Amino acid sequence: MTGLRTGLFALIALAGVILAAGTTRAQTPELRGTGDLGIVIERASGSLLVIDTSQRRTIARVEGLGDLSHASAVFSPDARFAYVFGRDGGLTKVDLLTASIAQRIVQAGNSIGGAISDDGNLVAVANYEPGGIKVFDAKSLAEVADIPAAWHGGRSKTIGLEDAPGRRFLFSLWDAGETWIADFSGPGEPQVTKFSGIGKQPYDALITGDGRYYVAGLFGEDGLTVLDLWKTPLEPRRFMRGYGRGETQLPVYKMPHLESWAVAGDCLVLPAVGRHEVLWVDMRSFEEVGRTAVHGQPVFAVARPDGRQVWVNFAHPHNDTIQVVDSPTGKIVKELKLGPAVLHMEFTPRGHEVWVSVRDSNLVQVYDARTFEKKADIEANSPSGIFFAARAHKMGL
Amino acid sequence: MPSVARRWVWLAGLAMIGSASSSLALAEPASNPAALERLVRQDCGSCHGMTLKGGLGPDLRASRLAGRSPETLSQIILDGVPGTAMPPWRPLISEADALWIANYLLAETGE
Repeated sequence: MTGLRTGLFALIALAGVILAAGTTRAQTPELRGTGDLGIVIERASGSLLVIDTSQRRTIARVEGLGDLSHASAVFSPDARFAYVFGRDGGLTKVDLLTASIAQRIVQAGNSIGGAISDDGNLVAVANYEPGGIKVFDAKSLAEVADIPAAWHGGRSKTIGLEDAPGRRFLFSLWDAGETWIADFSGPGEPQVTKFSGIGKQPYDALITGDGRYYVAGLFGEDGLTVLDLWKTPLEPRRFMRGYGRGETQLPVYKMPHLESWAVAGDCLVLPAVGRHEVLWVDMRSFEEVGRTAVHGQPVFAVARPDGRQVWVNFAHPHNDTIQVVDSPTGKIVKELKLGPAVLHMEFTPRGHEVWVSVRDSNLVQVYDARTFEKKADIEANSPSGIFFAARAHKMGL
Repeated sequence: MPSVARRWVWLAGLAMIGSASSSLALAEPASNPAALERLVRQDCGSCHGMTLKGGLGPDLRASRLAGRSPETLSQIILDGVPGTAMPPWRPLISEADALWIANYLLAETGE
């Protein structure tokens, strides 16, 4: 009797196991979109987190991406894949749905960033070493083009690589002071157009969300250069010349970034280089509208998607702080001390929340972008760049 | 990687043997070695790469710096290199710290 009962229980248990296993095998994975997903770069460990911005949580960690000490990402048009550009020339295609590496190549010795073409078929990378850009098929990561940044001084480091409408990429040459356009719209080899004398040491660039203005910031002189892509013939124009007013430049302990630099209302919001100021420039005339004195050397100023406020973080040794600037008045309306090494900020697409990486606290902090109330702390190992999949549908991001 | 403490003892010894004539070399760093190592990796790393292989700034691995004296390197750290993106660090760190960093760079094998 006892034996029978034991046997029966065993049989039921066994059946349960088989049933459970069968169910698991037969179960389709839960369907989901990727529009509210994103990645957080973990710069010290060559890994990233796939995160869910709606639930404010980490879904998974993906490892094996090489040296991510300077890293950025763009997304495929379906917002499923992130293309991650690492410091070591690594280009890694990460599948957000399966949280795994779909493809990975090391295409150069030292890279700074990249872009994806408007049709989503080409991924381009800007390289320091060897200086130039390389362009890859977005599906296979097979090389499509290699464009060395040759000038009379050898090969220049390239920076500020942006996509422009019509399968074009724009980038600038740090050493040579040039901006090049690589046009992939036709069959065969890309058409390369070069503009020399855009200014000394362009350090980064942005393209406005309408794809019209390519703006390169200059490190070697006070000023910036804009290329209006709607004009014929194309002609780079210097603006904000001499904004330093002849004063000695303060030391810059970290280069500002322009790529997600802000367009707020009718203004471009730009970092002064070597000055603790944010510059407000009229979007059509490129004349100065005003300045905001800030806490340190600005690194990122990211407009909340509605443009009403701009969040600014700073270079070492002022990198524990964020200041929030009101666009209409240029006044600082909030200062947050978040902890050591605030590296990056990313807004949810409609701007209700902002995610902030605080490297030395090993945290990503999530804030309500209106009340400044903290909504969540997400653990991450030395987090740096935060990139949401919604970037897939924005030019220049 | 050797522990920070062990490396510091070793570096201090190196500095004493290598530059006994320089009073600068014998100075204790004002900051602790762990903080300085962090500064090198994270903040110098903004331009030189966290693994010091270079970026906008040059490769700083020991093999590339071979032949340079700690004093030369610490002067570059303190005063920067005009015409380049290398800023002067004098406003933020002491001469002893700069020399510690120079010796650290010369001793690092890189990764």
